[in-house]
Amino acid sequence: MKITLGAVSKPYSALKMKTGDWGTHWPKVDEELCTGCGTCEMFCPDMCIEVVKVGEEEVNGKIKEIKKAKVNYDYCKGCGLCAEVCPANAIKMELKDIYKV
Amino acid sequence: MVRKVVRGFYAVAYAVKLCRPAVICAYPITPQTEIVENLATMYANGELGNCQYITAESEFGAASILVGASATGARTFTATCSQGLILMSEVLWNAAGMRLPIVMVIANRSLSAPLSIWNDHQDSMAMRDACIIQVYVENNQEAHDMIPQAYKIAENKDVMLPFMVCMDGYKLTHAYEPVDLLEQETVDSFLPPYDPPIKLTTKDPLTFGCYAPPHCYMEFRVVMQRAMMRAKKVMEEVFKEWAELTGRNWGGLIATDYMDNAETAVVAMGSVVGLVREVVEEMRKDGKKVGLVKIRSFRPFPTEELRKVMKDVENIVVFERAVSFGYEGPVSIDLKSALFGHSNAKVYSFAVGLGGRDIPRDLIRKCINNAIEGKVDEGFHFEGVKEFEEVII
Amino acid sequence: MKFFFSSGHGACPGCSLPIAVKNVLYALEGKCFVVNPTGCLEIISSQYDRSAWGVPYIHSVFENAAAVAAGIDAALKALGRKDEGHVVVFAGDGATADIGIGCLSGMFDRNHDVLYICLDNEAYQNTGNQQSGLTPPGSNTTTTPAGKILPGKIGRKKDMVAFALAHKIPYVATASVAYPNDIRRKVKRAVEFEGAKYIQILCPCVTGWGINSNETIKVARLAVETALYPIVEYENGELVRVRKIKERKPVEEYLKIQRRFRHLFKHPKGREIIEELQRIADENAKRFGLDE
Repeated sequence: MKITLGAVSKPYSALKMKTGDWGTHWPKVDEELCTGCGTCEMFCPDMCIEVVKVGEEEVNGKIKEIKKAKVNYDYCKGCGLCAEVCPANAIKMELKDIYKV
Repeated sequence: MVRKVVRGFYAVAYAVKLCRPAVICAYPITPQTEIVENLATMYANGELGNCQYITAESEFGAASILVGASATGARTFTATCSQGLILMSEVLWNAAGMRLPIVMVIANRSLSAPLSIWNDHQDSMAMRDACIIQVYVENNQEAHDMIPQAYKIAENKDVMLPFMVCMDGYKLTHAYEPVDLLEQETVDSFLPPYDPPIKLTTKDPLTFGCYAPPHCYMEFRVVMQRAMMRAKKVMEEVFKEWAELTGRNWGGLIATDYMDNAETAVVAMGSVVGLVREVVEEMRKDGKKVGLVKIRSFRPFPTEELRKVMKDVENIVVFERAVSFGYEGPVSIDLKSALFGHSNAKVYSFAVGLGGRDIPRDLIRKCINNAIEGKVDEGFHFEGVKEFEEVII
Repeated sequence: MKFFFSSGHGACPGCSLPIAVKNVLYALEGKCFVVNPTGCLEIISSQYDRSAWGVPYIHSVFENAAAVAAGIDAALKALGRKDEGHVVVFAGDGATADIGIGCLSGMFDRNHDVLYICLDNEAYQNTGNQQSGLTPPGSNTTTTPAGKILPGKIGRKKDMVAFALAHKIPYVATASVAYPNDIRRKVKRAVEFEGAKYIQILCPCVTGWGINSNETIKVARLAVETALYPIVEYENGELVRVRKIKERKPVEEYLKIQRRFRHLFKHPKGREIIEELQRIADENAKRFGLDE
């Protein structure tokens, strides 16, 4: 253990804390429905859903990025806010396998 | 160097200016006010460079502002006393734990109730356990000299702790004394600009003021104690350097007079030391083997130094300016603890001059004589108290 | 990390505080110094060696965040480092309206270049829902419990917007965590003003308010849609913008889904409190012209 001057800590050292096992449910993104709008990312309190580029498509002769929401299950606490705020209804909360009887 | 007859508050303010602080923040309180008034005047006249001078909404706010400023990498100064110091206390404990080398002058004043604006050491003594260095000065030259030294010690990488320069309210702050005022070049050659090992900056975004769960809190207390103990060595070195630089040697963590072959040691702190020294000199002339021990640094406590100098004495007379209610005077409590197993001397402790009560020369002499002649019991006594009857109303 | 606030913090699932924080930091592109007094946010984000922060951050004590921020502002000026970033406070409602109000008044009065953000979850939630000056009437907290006689908190929610305006600071606004784009815009607007800025963001608390973890945003929206939490914006003392409400909802719709207000529907004095809250909402709507 290191004891720093005045208990000063390094940025993002909280990443050591994997909070992904807190919840009973986790979000599943339906990529067919996801429009990549980023609403879930804007609201997620745990910074664990992110809209990322998954490919490209041509629209009216222009190359456009295809974006989809991706969940980082290492940290997701299963609050369900992303599913609640998703304007495309693309996110469903599912019971984790270990809680299934 | 210019010798001028100045008042204590000016001697302090002038020395602070020479240390080039970046942020000064205070709240007025008697008898400290004139220190910050003088700094405010210097600020108004553009004499403080880029320094920001802030009048806070309370001492609590002032100390808090300096926490933010110091953590950002600024050299900081404040002055306060009494109720103001107690109001600051929560923040000062916090500043010590965050290892912020804030330098402050305490214009020592008593505590309420009853309200008293006059001098004793109850205010700074109430802060003795906060991991803040406490040095008590005897006169205004020592107060003036102590400011640059305080910064150098507090900002030392092995120390990084707040520093209180304790000077008796009114008795020193308002007294006219000839003071050799330092030159800017002298202070610049002695005190480098403040360059903390870590600070709040967007270039290296660190998290300050974390909370520590039981698995690591204790270790932070261990390193604070270590820093205090390391400060002893740093203080001795800085005091020595100062003596060489200015020719004024104020001693180490303690300073002694007439302690060679002394049978009775008289211990005091602050402005009363001058009077005690005169009494000791007179008693020496009368053939009494009396010596003076001036405690300069109360925190860190000069344990080894006191053991060494008290090795062969038979009586120890302590003049206290505070009481730890329910026990004794704080100086003798610590002194006895330091000497336990190292000395068989009898310790007599006298609380004098609380709330600005005058401390006459005869009282000092009487206390020392009574101790030497065994006319008084060992332990703690109030002296200079009037006859009174304790009633409800 | 674009939000400058990382995963791994210890907030309850569905906590609204990180939502407010991440959007403020996003708006400032991480160019800021954060001061955070003791409270929920501090406890969830600043354990030793477990910091969620990607910006310089300091926590000192409970009641001094505004003063610490003032000190950072002064130091940045004195050291010629003003261009490093803005000074931002994230404080809870108790730290703002109760214990820290002296330091806040001093900072406003001296008009330091500080953006002070009050994350208003309407009670001391870190320690388990004790009432603060920003707890609304009727709320069942552990220190204003609904009992046989008393219907929860008696009194009103302190008007911190008026308090801020009384100090004649250049920018004062309210927001709700339900509208992150509005938060981002207000933060960017606020820092265009030199001097003290105050933004109060409604941040529902899952545990203290007694709502489900996926309901924080819904509740934060309902508070606005009932006009109990008017969204206003003042520049140099002038009301420049309000969030209009299309079809204002009765306060009961907001109250009935929260455990802290549920007793009002069966307590002998509950009806009186509900009517008082409706009156407050009506006054807000009238005063700020909220109805579209």
